[in-house]
Amino acid sequence: MITGLFLSVFILAAESGSIIDVDPGVVFWTVITFIVLLIILKKFAWKPILTALDQRENAIRESLDKAEKAKLDAQNVLEQNQASLAKAEEESKKIVEQSRQYAEKLKDQILQDSRDQARKMIDEASNEIERKKDAALDELKTQVAEIAIKAAEKILKENLNEEMQKKIVNKYIGEITKN
Amino acid sequence: MMPDTVKALTAADTLKKTAESNSDPSWIMHHVMDSNQISFGPLGSLTLPHLQLFGFNISITRDIFIMWFVSAVLVILLLIAAKGYKKSLVPKGLSNFFEVIIDFVKNEIVKPAIGKGYEPYMPYMLTLFFFILFCNMFGLIPLPNLVVVTGNVAVTASLAIISFIVIQYTGMKQHGVMKYLKSLVPSGMPVMIIPIMAVIELIGLFTKPFALCIRLFANMVAGHIVIFSLLGLIFIMHTIYVAPVSVGFTLFIEMLEILVALIQAYVFTMLTALFIGMAKHIEH
Repeated sequence: MITGLFLSVFILAAESGSIIDVDPGVVFWTVITFIVLLIILKKFAWKPILTALDQRENAIRESLDKAEKAKLDAQNVLEQNQASLAKAEEESKKIVEQSRQYAEKLKDQILQDSRDQARKMIDEASNEIERKKDAALDELKTQVAEIAIKAAEKILKENLNEEMQKKIVNKYIGEITKN
Repeated sequence: MMPDTVKALTAADTLKKTAESNSDPSWIMHHVMDSNQISFGPLGSLTLPHLQLFGFNISITRDIFIMWFVSAVLVILLLIAAKGYKKSLVPKGLSNFFEVIIDFVKNEIVKPAIGKGYEPYMPYMLTLFFFILFCNMFGLIPLPNLVVVTGNVAVTASLAIISFIVIQYTGMKQHGVMKYLKSLVPSGMPVMIIPIMAVIELIGLFTKPFALCIRLFANMVAGHIVIFSLLGLIFIMHTIYVAPVSVGFTLFIEMLEILVALIQAYVFTMLTALFIGMAKHIEH
């Protein structure tokens, strides 16, 4: 039944007023409609939309490029930072080493200096002591001599009388005359 | 002989026609074919005026009226979509929906088919795609007046004629008229064969748009005839028990038609782009 239905559809179509008839009026209006539609849409829809899409595409591409560049820059900065950090660390190590050496040297030198000074001071002190001792001894000697002379004088003054003095003088005169 | 109950015109008309003769399928053609009547269901119908220009009948028919309606909807929707881009480049809502299709047409159809220098063709290709798509889709809405405009062979013929003009214009502009016409005949042919080849190539030139026209028309009208036939079984067999089967099959065909509507819009645009590309980059 369905086959018959279809067959009769196409038989009818082939007869008067079929669906395959091209109505020139419809062609005319379709062409006009399509062209008007094309003009309107081109001006008010496709142009803004396509421009916007292009702009967005470019914007995305630019941002991606920028991001890539920023990433590279960041990488470079990071590497630089790391390099300078390493350099700084090395330098600080060097400085610490240097200062340690310097401190060591300074310590040695100070130690040496103080030792020398101490020795010098000890030497000076012993010299001074020696000198003081000598002076004291000298003074002692003179004082002892003076005391001895005074004592001798005292003894002489008490024991030497006129007779004794004459005897002694005579004795010396006799010796002189003998010579 | 209108029924008292308010029913869709299709059903009423079908009843009327089937009441007259049991197996006369002319009502199917009546629905598929163009007419100068626009009906508003139970509210009555409007007869469109007859127009004449240089001896041609250029009356505005139902299909043209629907075509204008569809075009108006298309323009309004696209204007709203285009407005969305004025605020920001980030699409939203309707713009998003259209952008997917526009992007598809641009990157999947026009760019690969035409190649370098495809930009000037974008407005035409987009208009073509959306016009066919919207006409196909509106034809699927089961309202008395929303016929499938692309199921009118004159409409598809017009679209094919425009495609043909664009294709030939591209070829002639790109290579010059003489060189383009010469390139239609493959070089290196024996002199005797050249006239035959010229005729064949000339016929081939017109076959392409003809195929475009018939393919779209036949695909769109076939689905509708099948749907009407399936529903018509209920009235021909005079039994309600066939209705579930008919409705089930109709639903299936309707879903298939959604796919076909998309595919045919794609195919028509794709082939037009391909022919433009071929005219643009002549081999041999």
